[in-house]
Amino acid sequence: MPKKPDLDVSLAELAVSDGSPSDDSVLVSIRRLKTYYPIRGSFGARILGREAGYVKAVDDVSLDLHKGEVLGLVGESGSGKTTLGRTLLGLVHATEGSVLFEGRDIARMSERELRPLRRDIQIVFQDPHASLNPAMTIEQSVGHPLQIHKVAKGTELKLRVAEALETVGLSPPQQFMEKYPSDLSGGQKQRAVIARAIILNPVLLVADEPVSMLDMSVRAKILELMLELKRELGLTYLYITHDLATAKFFCDRIAILYLGRIVEIGPSEAIYDDPKHPYTQALLRAIPEPDPRRTVPRDLPRGEVPDAARPPLGCSFHPRCPRAFEVCGWESRDLRDLLETRWAHMSEGEYTAERALFEDLDVLDAPATTARLKPAKGSSAAQLLSFFEGLERDDSEEPFWKGVRRMNADGDHVDLAWNDPIDPRLLDVDDVQVECHLYDAEARDVAEKART
Amino acid sequence: MTNEPVVSVRELRVYYGTKRGPVQAVDGVSLDIAAGEVVGLVGESGCGKSTLGRGILGLLPEGASSDGEVIYGGRNIVGMTPKELRRLRGPDLGLIFQEPMTRLNPLMRIEEHFKETLEQHEPSLGDKEIRRRSLETLGRMGIPPTRFSQYPHEFSGGMRQRIMIALAVVLQPKLLIADEPTTSLDVIVEAQILSILADLRRNFGTALLLITHNLGIVAESCDRVAVMYAGKIVEEGPARDVFIDPAHPYTRELLRSTISLETSELHSIPGAPPSLLDPPRGCRFHPRCPSAMWVCATTDPIEKRIDADRRVQCWLHGPEDRIPEGGTAELEREEIAVAEEA
Repeated sequence: MPKKPDLDVSLAELAVSDGSPSDDSVLVSIRRLKTYYPIRGSFGARILGREAGYVKAVDDVSLDLHKGEVLGLVGESGSGKTTLGRTLLGLVHATEGSVLFEGRDIARMSERELRPLRRDIQIVFQDPHASLNPAMTIEQSVGHPLQIHKVAKGTELKLRVAEALETVGLSPPQQFMEKYPSDLSGGQKQRAVIARAIILNPVLLVADEPVSMLDMSVRAKILELMLELKRELGLTYLYITHDLATAKFFCDRIAILYLGRIVEIGPSEAIYDDPKHPYTQALLRAIPEPDPRRTVPRDLPRGEVPDAARPPLGCSFHPRCPRAFEVCGWESRDLRDLLETRWAHMSEGEYTAERALFEDLDVLDAPATTARLKPAKGSSAAQLLSFFEGLERDDSEEPFWKGVRRMNADGDHVDLAWNDPIDPRLLDVDDVQVECHLYDAEARDVAEKART
Repeated sequence: MTNEPVVSVRELRVYYGTKRGPVQAVDGVSLDIAAGEVVGLVGESGCGKSTLGRGILGLLPEGASSDGEVIYGGRNIVGMTPKELRRLRGPDLGLIFQEPMTRLNPLMRIEEHFKETLEQHEPSLGDKEIRRRSLETLGRMGIPPTRFSQYPHEFSGGMRQRIMIALAVVLQPKLLIADEPTTSLDVIVEAQILSILADLRRNFGTALLLITHNLGIVAESCDRVAVMYAGKIVEEGPARDVFIDPAHPYTRELLRSTISLETSELHSIPGAPPSLLDPPRGCRFHPRCPSAMWVCATTDPIEKRIDADRRVQCWLHGPEDRIPEGGTAELEREEIAVAEEA
């Protein structure tokens, strides 16, 4: 196989090019891709064919994958990274948008049209123990794609399997062909899975957490193998992972996903040397460092990835973001979180006293930029208002209060209103693209006006 | 930390009976854990670290047998009847499992989980006190009182793991064993959970054994570390000292193969951990060890103190008078093929 020596050098430039589909270095071009999963409601609703809403697993993602590069899709669970990878293979149907591969739109293909395409795009799954059929020998498993696609049979199939096993380092192949997955160690199994993935000579390999189930001592070997294969076979990788440490080593470019959106994308060095998005910064800070001389104090964002069925308004990261400001999307649910976090650290008596000010907190659960709170019997709107004012005074650093536009007592209610949320957009900042209002002059302007 | 150990493990052995013969999962392990101390137990999968954790709690599956000593409160846990053990679990010994998703009863409210746990172990508590203790513990884990009567499915993975920890901690155990408590969680949540565990030890003097394969976690949250290989503790000492200057070649290689943000070059350990059915003679690491000597292939290494609080099982550290003549010659090794790797 010919090597592709010049490619690595030019990757950094390619990464920041706009990568329009006419650009012939682009292998896959994803545009405004949305993959939504319907949520089934109650039994009755299901009978009537009504859906209770959608989980926006991938929400308006545009991305180019260049020939010969390793692109990392990095995010926590629920970020949509696996769904994005599967949409690319046509394993999950896109709701909207396009995935162009060699001029054809994968997102619009039928199962029949997809089948020949799968020779070109292969996937390696996370769990090597679950991706091999325990009742098939390694020869059968690795040779299976040749059979399915009617590429080879008999002696030729055997030869191709032996060749593939040799390529992934399972040599001598005769020693492995007759074995069953249970006879192999985790690393060997993952090698067999990779052999099966490359046997059809694909051009693109989607690797979904290929090393995260393996022991530390083996991870490096599998990553090395994958890099070697990329050089020898001219492969392009989409590397899906939650592990920023292996991604740093492995990827030319990184896309950071949060709740179905790309929040930052750019060349690896730029992302690691100077992370722009507060979420990227938080992720990098959270990785434990094995060298005790390098460990740093943690400054962790609060909370967890929110429910993708009911994403926060504005920027999805705003409830956890230490740098969020006026227009990031503050809303009623954030008030509930603020109160609950406060109450978690109180004694039962203190909590009961504060809780007794409110009638019903569930009114805060519907995402809204206004809220009308009723004080409980025995307390007044003025009391409730002064309670909120006290909270703000005691913790004026809390970004939540920047989002509050108005807070007043109205008869027997307290009305709260938050600034209108602005949806963040992907902007060019230095060598990367970031979706964050901190870098958006217009959003900052609006916030400035809201402050005065 | 030099205070009295909460638990003292001496020459603990655990065997599993299998069709192909006995497997020595834990082979003569000694370890002390003091109050308020966090000890990390690291090693590759199959090295016996989970079995050791369970052996300390007397929680071994059927078909396993153990001998040696696990001294807790002046009594040996090894050989206790199930009834005696049950009395110790909860108020004295606690366990946090991995996979919080599967350990809570989906049909029981969080409130009921706490009620059940507390009623079981402290039958004298009244309802009011049960509620107070539960809310206080949950609050410390960042779970608000407003969610006390919700069901497990209403919580995220990280919150469920916090609830699991709260359920173990509400009984204020003196020794807590956490077996990969953060493995299925995201990095940020993992870091949050680790800081909760650190608070526990600070505020309540809980002794904690943290079983993990993640060396970064050990470096950041453990006072001491014990490195396990093929059923034995091959090195033990203050985490900082061990990680900065590992004494055992296995510790060194394991650290080198860890991929962190500072990694500039990939490294891996050739070969695979041995089968515990038939471990190699001499030092069990010698077939993979880049520093192996003649003696390593023939004679079991002897544990040596290399510092007041550090010990290692490796012939490189002697004792020299026990090494036969010519024993320090470099061991000629066969090339380890990929075929043998893990």
